[in-house]
Amino acid sequence: MRKRVVSMWFPRLPSDRVLRACAIGAAGDSRPFVLTHHEKNTDRIYCLNRAAEARGLHRGMGVSDARAYCPDLQSRPATPQADARFLQMLARWSKRYCPWVGLDGTDGLMLNIAGAEHLFNGEAVMLDDMRHRLERAGLSVQIAAAETRGAAWALTHYGTPARTSEGLTSLPVAALRLDAKSDTALQRLGLRTIGDLMALPRATIARRFGPDVTLRLDQALGARDEVISPLTDPPHYGVRMTLPEPIGLSGDVMAATARLLERLCAKLKDQDMGARRLQLSLRRVDQGTQQIELRLAAPMRDAARILPLFERGVGAVDAGFGIDHLRLEATQVERLLQTQITHATSSRSDGLEDLITRLGNRIGLENIQRFLPADSHIPERSFQIAPAAYSTAQGPWVTLRPRPLRLFAPEAITATGPRPPQHFRWRRMALTTQRSTGPERIAPEWWLPDDNWRSGLRDYWKLDTAQGRRLWVFYTPQNPGWFVQGEFA
Amino acid sequence: MRSGNSPERASRSAWCMIGAMRDLHSHFPPKSTRTHEVCGPSASAFAFALGARLGGTVLWVREAWLGDQINPMGFASYMDPQNVLVALAPGHIDVLAAAEEALRSGSVTLVVLDLTQPIGLTEGRRLQLAAQQGKSTGLCLIPEGMGSNAAQTRWRCTPVFDADPHAPDSTLQRWEIIKNKSGTLKAWTVKWDAQTRRINVVSEVAQ
Repeated sequence: MRKRVVSMWFPRLPSDRVLRACAIGAAGDSRPFVLTHHEKNTDRIYCLNRAAEARGLHRGMGVSDARAYCPDLQSRPATPQADARFLQMLARWSKRYCPWVGLDGTDGLMLNIAGAEHLFNGEAVMLDDMRHRLERAGLSVQIAAAETRGAAWALTHYGTPARTSEGLTSLPVAALRLDAKSDTALQRLGLRTIGDLMALPRATIARRFGPDVTLRLDQALGARDEVISPLTDPPHYGVRMTLPEPIGLSGDVMAATARLLERLCAKLKDQDMGARRLQLSLRRVDQGTQQIELRLAAPMRDAARILPLFERGVGAVDAGFGIDHLRLEATQVERLLQTQITHATSSRSDGLEDLITRLGNRIGLENIQRFLPADSHIPERSFQIAPAAYSTAQGPWVTLRPRPLRLFAPEAITATGPRPPQHFRWRRMALTTQRSTGPERIAPEWWLPDDNWRSGLRDYWKLDTAQGRRLWVFYTPQNPGWFVQGEFA
Repeated sequence: MRSGNSPERASRSAWCMIGAMRDLHSHFPPKSTRTHEVCGPSASAFAFALGARLGGTVLWVREAWLGDQINPMGFASYMDPQNVLVALAPGHIDVLAAAEEALRSGSVTLVVLDLTQPIGLTEGRRLQLAAQQGKSTGLCLIPEGMGSNAAQTRWRCTPVFDADPHAPDSTLQRWEIIKNKSGTLKAWTVKWDAQTRRINVVSEVAQ
């Protein structure tokens, strides 16, 4: 099979990516700019722009040294993960030229354009188009085409316009993607260019430098094949159905949804994923689109369980003159591995999850909450409230001292002094204290600023009143005042 | 004469106790697959005691704007907070709709509705039907005197001051049935036993 490989090398991919997003991007090339990362106990230059290079900076240099050279240096921390994502995006974009695109290291792409050149009026025009578009996007790029991957790489990384015409022979040996050790050894023997290396007998090279050098040479010359592994498309969780005749009954829509769900759930099962959010778009004959969104309380891919959850949404749809196009997409998915069903797993929790989904679609999934224990003495912070759909029940709950059943915002009562009042009024009731238990002193957590605890320490008392009510009151000694905060049974 | 009488009196009071316990346990927990109402200051204690007695998951539905909130550290002595879910509904109608949905699903054993306004006969009846269909119990916490005629029973729970000096963290309450569709009205003085997680009747004689 004929091969024609295009190599794209982005020599300053990280800094170009950051400068593209910055406001200074327009003037980016005139001002020195570097990305830094922490290595070997100091901040070092990770990537730099052309202006910084012109001022004598280089990669791996300490940032403080670099600042001494040019005081107007601008720097940002490097994020290799974002760079990798950006390269993935570029790979996806490159599919406009050919379908066979692979990554090359962390800063390059390999395209097998065999059979796609004529679509762009020839290879030269195609390469010019790539160069033009990438440069307009603010990326500095080296592009070259060759018969093999190795040759294309060599031309992008070491090729100059003068050398390219002569082919590979005039390129330095480093262009063969050798490790630094072999490269140095070859240089020491006076083998400066690939041409020098090709002139030697193969057996000698292999004996002296191991199989690696001959392998790379063969790959560059095309004697040995090297694959470009194309990137797989990310799985798409969407299915659609077009109907010959419009439908309007909710039963028909549910039947169509059931068919879509089956296909979608099969897709999800293949990838070991579960849907967390589903979107059903119904297109009417008059081109109006209605959407039903379903947020699930747990990742799910069981069509029979999901279908009844759509009932409420489908019932609210206005079908107009009929619906002739349905599209179902899982807009949010989560990993859902196969689990062994045992006698210990209860089917009760499945029902509960379905219930949370149903309620969540009515009042919002965040509004179904559960309590999680928290490590704090402050009454309001001794537990956490978390959405039930995104948390699991935790225990155990340890209560060292009696706490009220109900908590409310502190309500002031009129009383003075550090001892609980004998008679007081609360919520328009006259109450008489019969027994008081306390005080239990709780200090505010100074490491978490909380406006409610500005009044300082609190001495909590449990008051048993003659009228029966058992109240949880506190006194603030630093800012005298009495407040009711809770009620026991 | 008096010394001979005393053991007899003690045994009689013990019999009274057992009778009263049986009597309470024939009424509590109230009939499942129905909705009931409870009012009074100790209504939430009644709800937690019922949740503990029924087991399973309890869904507590209330309006989001209410300032009062239930405190898991407090009701941990009644039931495990892991089994409690709270649903915050934006309004009164949504409270009723969410409760009906939950009752009908049958995935929760008890649905507690924290109501702030009276519900009509239609709404009450819908809740009853949903509870019957899902075989779960509903409990409305209602303000005093705002009951619905559809409720199976209505209870009033008020805390009582415990004069016993050895019980500083007492939970003494008076539970009265003030409406009963199929039965008589009764009243008991009860106490929550946190060790055994069960409601105990306190004998009138001991008071």
